[in-house]
Amino acid sequence: MSKASQQRAMRKLVFTLIGWVVGLLMAFPILWMALTAFKTERQAVETPPALFFHPTLESFATVLATTNYLRFVFNSVAIAGGATLLSVALALPCAYAMAFHPSPRTKGILMWMLSTKMMPAVGVLVPIYLLFRNLHLLDTRTGMIGIYTLMNLPIVIWMLYSFFRDVPHDIVEAGLLDGANTRQQILRLLLPLTAPGVAATILLNLVLCWNEAFWSINLTATNAAPLTAFIATFSSPEGLFWAKLSAASLLAVAPIMVVGLATQRHLVSGLTFGAVK
Amino acid sequence: MRQSVDTASLKPLTVPMPTTEKPRGLLPRGARRMAMLCQAPSVILLLLWMIVPLVMTVWFSLLHYNLMDEGRQFIGVMNYVYLFTDPSLTDALLNTLVLVVGVLLASVVLGTLIALLMNQPMHGRPVVRLLVIAPFFVMPTVSALIWKNMLMNPVSGLFAWVAHLFGFPGFDWFANAPLLSVGIIVAWQWVPFAALILLTALQSMDREQLEAAALDGARPLVLFRRIIAPHLARPVTVVILIETMFLLSVFAEILVTTGGGPGDDTTNLPYLIYKTALLDYDIGGASAGGLLAVVLANLVSIFLVRTVAKSLDR
Repeated sequence: MSKASQQRAMRKLVFTLIGWVVGLLMAFPILWMALTAFKTERQAVETPPALFFHPTLESFATVLATTNYLRFVFNSVAIAGGATLLSVALALPCAYAMAFHPSPRTKGILMWMLSTKMMPAVGVLVPIYLLFRNLHLLDTRTGMIGIYTLMNLPIVIWMLYSFFRDVPHDIVEAGLLDGANTRQQILRLLLPLTAPGVAATILLNLVLCWNEAFWSINLTATNAAPLTAFIATFSSPEGLFWAKLSAASLLAVAPIMVVGLATQRHLVSGLTFGAVK
Repeated sequence: MRQSVDTASLKPLTVPMPTTEKPRGLLPRGARRMAMLCQAPSVILLLLWMIVPLVMTVWFSLLHYNLMDEGRQFIGVMNYVYLFTDPSLTDALLNTLVLVVGVLLASVVLGTLIALLMNQPMHGRPVVRLLVIAPFFVMPTVSALIWKNMLMNPVSGLFAWVAHLFGFPGFDWFANAPLLSVGIIVAWQWVPFAALILLTALQSMDREQLEAAALDGARPLVLFRRIIAPHLARPVTVVILIETMFLLSVFAEILVTTGGGPGDDTTNLPYLIYKTALLDYDIGGASAGGLLAVVLANLVSIFLVRTVAKSLDR
């Protein structure tokens, strides 16, 4: 081996070492939580903390038996899924029109949509809370779906728009000449072409809804509470039962983390509204 | 009422065939109408979403309106007078500022360092990348509770155990440095976001230019200052602006760890408004605070919208 390539291999080894240390440190709380979830309550608080132990599903069983856990999971899935479906259904035709039939106002509308996303939730907490109370939407999944749809609609439109914009106009115009109507153009021509982008949009939206904690805590109670609100109840002395807390948290975090990590590439352009690609 | 609008958009919309050659840049009438119809549901919903609550907030902020006595009475700007003379507001604004600036600093500095590191050749880089980014996907209530109970607990937490190993007493994080503790938890969620964005930007850099400069004998620090830093300027701006938006409304982390305390030590603006509205039932006062939050966020958003608008012009 030449000296230069030897040096390069050495460099790579050093960076590998530093990289793994940094990575493990960053993810440590998650890894620690995952580990604790498989301990008994007694093992969880033991010092020195055990790295190797006989794993048990006891804590998961306790969580499932003593709480309405599945109900919260169902609420999370229903709310995140419902809101995502609804916002994509609304955003598809909108982004399509903006990308393929832009008018002089399109850019202005896009920027305005972005600016609605800047409205801090807490600024409208009071009126939304009162509206929800009067319309009997407090602690309902329907209400939460509505809020999350509106909350993320600008992001969904922006992401879809940025993916659609990259599709050559000729293709859609060819469809137009073939007599395809708008719905056919979107469903048969556009969606197959932009499938990865649309999938990323859907996944990112699921992540954002799943992890949202301001509205879920303030607008739901026992009936429609998703996992974010459920985990918040562990802030009471419950939180001292580490194994139980870890098991509940792991169940709440794991599915969406898989989704999130799978979509991280598109996440960047989605969350920065296309400003960084 | 809002629900009724969106169902209309789901109906198939038919486009009349363009019968004549369409002039450049101008859409045929039918297509233009169709384009408007496609956008209308989203635009109308967002318009309502923006205007209705905002108008209500402005109106409520001029009322004496408490959910406990249900009486409403117009009192002009008294809620604002009360808000701006309330010492809690000064604390809340200061805490908000410290939290936002502190986490931003951590995000930009650590995020840049991590991104530079991730951009180096290493074994198992995809896995390391996943490890680094993972915290961003943890819901705020989970990360706050794991940190508070399992890591920062002064008696049985892991940090205390490590401190004991080195002969130090356990540090009571939330009693002695409550705002810092909340800040650490929030930063843990947002540093990965900065790192991810900056890494993406780094990977879009011109490799040849970097290698040429390195061959010319440019030292890493010079390389960073002259080539990498200018390239990162815009993504860093974007990170700062987007994180500011989210950091201005940190809420769940405070709710489940400190409840705004001790005293007002970790009460930021959102938490103050939440307390006023849902714990004191003072709708008028909370609305005045809410409007202040809207104004502050809009000041930030003007800059963000401008930055993003530039990227549209490419």
